[in-house]
Amino acid sequence: MYMLYEASINRMRVSVCVSLKQRNLEGYVGFANLPNQVYRKSVKRGFEFTLMVVGESGLGKSTLINSLFLTDLYSKDYPGPSQRIKKTVQVEQSKVLIKEGGVQLTLTIVDTPGFGDAVDNSNCWQPVINYIDSKCEDFLNAESRVNRRSMPDNRVHCCLYFIAPSGHGLKPLDIEFMKRLHDKVNVIPLIAKADTLTPEECQLFKKQIMKEIQEHKIKIYEFPDTEDDDDNKLIRKIKEKMPLAVVGSNVVIEVNGKKVRGRQYPWGVAEVENGEHCDFTVLRNMLIRTHMQDLKDVTNNVHYENYRSKKLAAVTCNGVDTSKTKGQLTKYGTISGKYPLAQMEEERREHVMKMKKMEAEMEQVFEMKVKEKKQKLKDSEAELERRHEQMKRNLEAQYKELEEKRRVFEEEKANWEAQQRILEQQKLDASKTMEKNKKKGKIF
Amino acid sequence: MHDQNCCAANSSHNSSGGSTLLGYIGIDTIIEQMRKKTMKTGFDFNIMVVGHSGLGKSTLVNTLFKSHVSRKSAGWARDEKIPKTVEIKAVSHVIEEGGVKMKLTVVDTPGFGDQINNDNCWEPISKYINEQYEKFLKEEVNITRKKRIPDTRVHCCIYFISPTGHFLRQLDTEFMKRLSHSVNIIPVIAKADTMTLEERQEFKQRVRKELEVSGIEFYPQKEFDEDMEDKSDNDKIREAMPFAVVGSDKEYQVNGKRVLGRKTAWGIVEVENPNHCEFAQLRDFLIRSHLQDLKEVTHNIHYETYRAKRLNENGGLHPISSSDTQESNL
Repeated sequence: MYMLYEASINRMRVSVCVSLKQRNLEGYVGFANLPNQVYRKSVKRGFEFTLMVVGESGLGKSTLINSLFLTDLYSKDYPGPSQRIKKTVQVEQSKVLIKEGGVQLTLTIVDTPGFGDAVDNSNCWQPVINYIDSKCEDFLNAESRVNRRSMPDNRVHCCLYFIAPSGHGLKPLDIEFMKRLHDKVNVIPLIAKADTLTPEECQLFKKQIMKEIQEHKIKIYEFPDTEDDDDNKLIRKIKEKMPLAVVGSNVVIEVNGKKVRGRQYPWGVAEVENGEHCDFTVLRNMLIRTHMQDLKDVTNNVHYENYRSKKLAAVTCNGVDTSKTKGQLTKYGTISGKYPLAQMEEERREHVMKMKKMEAEMEQVFEMKVKEKKQKLKDSEAELERRHEQMKRNLEAQYKELEEKRRVFEEEKANWEAQQRILEQQKLDASKTMEKNKKKGKIF
Repeated sequence: MHDQNCCAANSSHNSSGGSTLLGYIGIDTIIEQMRKKTMKTGFDFNIMVVGHSGLGKSTLVNTLFKSHVSRKSAGWARDEKIPKTVEIKAVSHVIEEGGVKMKLTVVDTPGFGDQINNDNCWEPISKYINEQYEKFLKEEVNITRKKRIPDTRVHCCIYFISPTGHFLRQLDTEFMKRLSHSVNIIPVIAKADTMTLEERQEFKQRVRKELEVSGIEFYPQKEFDEDMEDKSDNDKIREAMPFAVVGSDKEYQVNGKRVLGRKTAWGIVEVENPNHCEFAQLRDFLIRSHLQDLKEVTHNIHYETYRAKRLNENGGLHPISSSDTQESNL
């Protein structure tokens, strides 16, 4: 914890030198005591750190956590998430309070059992993203409150991503996950169960992974350059070893009279804290002893600010929260981006505009409907006309027919009458001749 | 030796009512004749390795057959991209030992279980296995058959279980459930040098229990044990399965001997040392004692099941003349 306040002091020193001329003091003033005051204050407050571990089950995440912090977070009575099979990805957190040298640390470990274990792992990163966003949102809300006495910092400061030691390269799942999380949280990739690989295989594997990480433009946590040359050398050495190949164990074994933590194989003992065997010590030093504060700072200054600006931009653009986080809906009064009154004005304007738009739309709809109806009426009128015409024509045709028939009938009648007359005439003639004959009747 | 045989023949009581022999005939030389014949014709063995990438499948096959027979050595680069779908790649070699020639085909399945969404990644494999059965069936059903039908059926499928130390993954159980009825599956725990001996025992027990609970019958299947001797042998093997193996094709000096192994900073893992891993057991089981049995079970049981199913559906196959058959893939 010594490094924590030193880092903050370095920054203070730098900012002062940039803008002012340095003056020499004529006596002892005493502000050199400032670091001590900061130190005492921080120690009293205690520190918080949230560490997230992600990886498929069986990669030794729980063992590594136990080894890092030398506690049994997951003991036999409280079996860790690894002992239970999960059907969906869960996000579980466990808090532990550790004290060392008068400094107390509230450590929160967030585990993700079930990650990458199903047959279909699409979107298994979604619960993780939701969790991180919800913690950022909590902090944002706490920051924007009127009464800010206690602001617990539950944001995820660091995400350790465990890569399976296949020896070939990153899996598609690894790449997808890291791509989606590299701008939300500090991602530190680790090679899990590194005792599977021989030193040559390990080298090749690390190179392959770094190549793929660069190819896909994944931004893993970068160690900041300091002014110290020695520190820089150390940092460069760490950078060469990325991603760190770790082995975890809490079992103490005796090797050459010394008690070490390690894993006992029939062919030897893999020591956890031996730099030649694995990079566990590098990870522990980096995570706890030198860069814990830096991780928190990067989370606060970079990732959290990203989230905050995105969230607030979304809110002020539309007047409605359109961001897709599944966290609780934020209330207007608590967003401190603009003054509440101005916001209400805007809201009113928005509302009025909306109303106008709706009105215009309805008018349009009305017009359209009227046109339609008119059209329909016209159509039916035309239809009626047509029918009327047709019927008229029908009637005329029938009339003509009838006329025709009548004519024919008249003709027939005339013919018939003519015939009758002829017949009558004949009859008359016949009767006349008969009479004549009668008159001339000679009775023989 | 002949006298012994004579006595044995004389004193045998055949319960099936056979007559005792009065002299030496020489029937037992048939074994020698068969041996000579098989040596001349050689035999085929097709082995398929399934598991997601990085589990040491190719290395193990190389170690098993002590030669570079896997697809990795046939010229593929080490860090080729993971394919987007499961591919089936078969590589054949002829290896010879003691005058016996074996045509070994290793079928690799890159891309299995490597994607984010692995639904149905077992389908290409299932299809391939059925295609081989189909090929054999077509040849068999021909009017004019070839003298020796080329056998491309998969005799044995080695399934690599990832050494998580906790449980079988969902993909593992799904795959084995679906394929244990069409091919002989031998599960092995890959990269066993990840686990200490206690962890290995625990893991094995858990895996065995899970396999039992899911009803997965791996080879040697209990139902095909023919007699008590077989049963006791196979029981012993079943107790020890799945074998925890380590593969390597590099040699190192250990105690003056050259052994295959993996050199780590804290010791050398010897592949053939039974205290270090169970590779020797797997090799003996697979090659030295059960090779022929694997082929027989494939032919008599799995292939027959396929054939019965095929002939029962659609009114069966019609024998086709040889001009229509596909060419053999030798």
